[in-house]
Amino acid sequence: MSTEPAFDAGAPWQLHPSVAVRAERFGALLYHFGTRRLSFLKDRRLLDVVEHLACHPSALDACRAAGVQPPEQAAFTVALARLAEGDMLVPGGPR
Amino acid sequence: MTLAPAAAIAPVRRSGSQRAPGGGLIEHFERGLDAPICLTWELTYACNLACVHCLSSSGRRDPRELTTAEARAVIDELQAMGVFYVNIGGGEPTVRGDFWELVDYATDHRVGVKFSTNGSRITLAVARRLAASDYVDVQLSLDGATAEVNDAVRGPGSYAVVLRAMENLATAGFAGFKLSVVVTRHNVTQLDQLEALADHHGAQLRLTRLRPSGRGAAVWGELHVLPSQQRALYDWLVARGEQVLTGDSFFHLAGYGASLPGLDLCGAGRVVCLIDPVGDVYACPFAIHPQFLAGNVRDPGGFAGVWRTSELFTDLRRPQSSGACASCGHFGGCRGGCMAAKFFTGLPLDGPDPECVLGHGAAALAALDPGAEIPTPAADHSRRERHRAAGATRVPVAFGAPARARGRAHRPVSACDESPLAGLAPPDEPEWARALTPPDRPGSSVAPS
Ligand code: SF4
Ligand code: SF4
Repeated sequence: MSTEPAFDAGAPWQLHPSVAVRAERFGALLYHFGTRRLSFLKDRRLLDVVEHLACHPSALDACRAAGVQPPEQAAFTVALARLAEGDMLVPGGPR
Repeated sequence: MTLAPAAAIAPVRRSGSQRAPGGGLIEHFERGLDAPICLTWELTYACNLACVHCLSSSGRRDPRELTTAEARAVIDELQAMGVFYVNIGGGEPTVRGDFWELVDYATDHRVGVKFSTNGSRITLAVARRLAASDYVDVQLSLDGATAEVNDAVRGPGSYAVVLRAMENLATAGFAGFKLSVVVTRHNVTQLDQLEALADHHGAQLRLTRLRPSGRGAAVWGELHVLPSQQRALYDWLVARGEQVLTGDSFFHLAGYGASLPGLDLCGAGRVVCLIDPVGDVYACPFAIHPQFLAGNVRDPGGFAGVWRTSELFTDLRRPQSSGACASCGHFGGCRGGCMAAKFFTGLPLDGPDPECVLGHGAAALAALDPGAEIPTPAADHSRRERHRAAGATRVPVAFGAPARARGRAHRPVSACDESPLAGLAPPDEPEWARALTPPDRPGSSVAPS
């Protein structure tokens, strides 16, 4: 298996501009037009985080704003890291 | 229900402990989505070739085909529904005078386009233009690693045309276009050569199953992969992992062992569908028959209405009976195989696939009452002068300036092998990956489309 690249949740991130998001009853579908990959979010708060990443100075702030509780943070960070690994998220900055 | 987010996203296919609690995505898929993930849209029935296995029985244009304005309205709907991309085929889609206009319209509206072609119009200039867009992907159809094998199915000269198109795309720097092959008993021995051909041009190989759809119904018996070749095909696919794309073509082979990459279910009317050139909406591009016709985009509710409320699609989204397959230990991966393959060979939809790896399909076919009526594919637009028995025929291909004139003849080749899931990265649902993916499978993070 590939090793998990470093993901800094304290840094600003944003959705890759070529990623389209579609909310679904079970969460959301993400499609990356560049890599032509499909991913799934099965948690509405994760969708909220992902959609608003660019509005926050860090991924952690985006999670807090979406109501992620401290004990849940590690799991959300892993999820975001995986999205970044798939190029769904790219380093960004608050607008 | 709270889902642990680590289990709740699945950007790469993985094995192990990521099982999401509660219903898996496969269940969501089987119940249907509010909109298709992707769909096949055949823009025209016109085609200059007469591939013997053409799934849409293309040849002649249909005078009722959607107008430019109607096609744009469909794209507007797809955008509103959040459809990520369309697999455009035909017939040969590029023969429509408004083809590029529609491609631009779709991509401007963030509906991605993948189109299938024989490549006769993929000049270097076109290739450069295509290479510049993230939102357009190209799929060239080739059915053999040698002219002999390919041209027997697709028509004389078609091999050379595809090779030239591949060279143009490679020269233009279009990395990762698709080389799409319908697997037959004649080319299944050429898989390494086909892969090398794709590699050499920076393309990705895509293999699809020959289904008895369209004109394929007439030749399926003599072309489909032999039972004795299936195991080798399966092993070859397993060894390639996600390096080779397969859409939903081979999940009926899951009985040999681990599931293959690709979509593990029949998505007909649930996550995919077909819009045909006259706007008819079918459950699947391989199922052009009144029994699988859900409606028409010209209906008052438009495409969205058909997708969301048609009786047929509602029905397909109900739990399906697994019939004779219910007691089979391979049902989890195989799921009884392909609905269209069963239908057009006269088998019950809730029984085994005609190519069931346990041989139950072959036995069921042998047991069919010889007098029983087998459904014939509908919407035949084949040219009348076609000589099916003698192999593919070909009408002259006009190269050079794009023909603006509508109508007859002299048009490039058909997307004879469009899969409803072309380009669909398999939904890397941890639940089924956990169950079915060996932990050490290579290429687990390679985009399968
Ligand atoms: S090709 Fe077969 S398995 Fe795939 S969606 Fe159509 S009917 Fe279902
Ligand atoms: S019996 Fe049915 S489920 Fe089992 S391998 Fe054959 S087609 Fe697949």
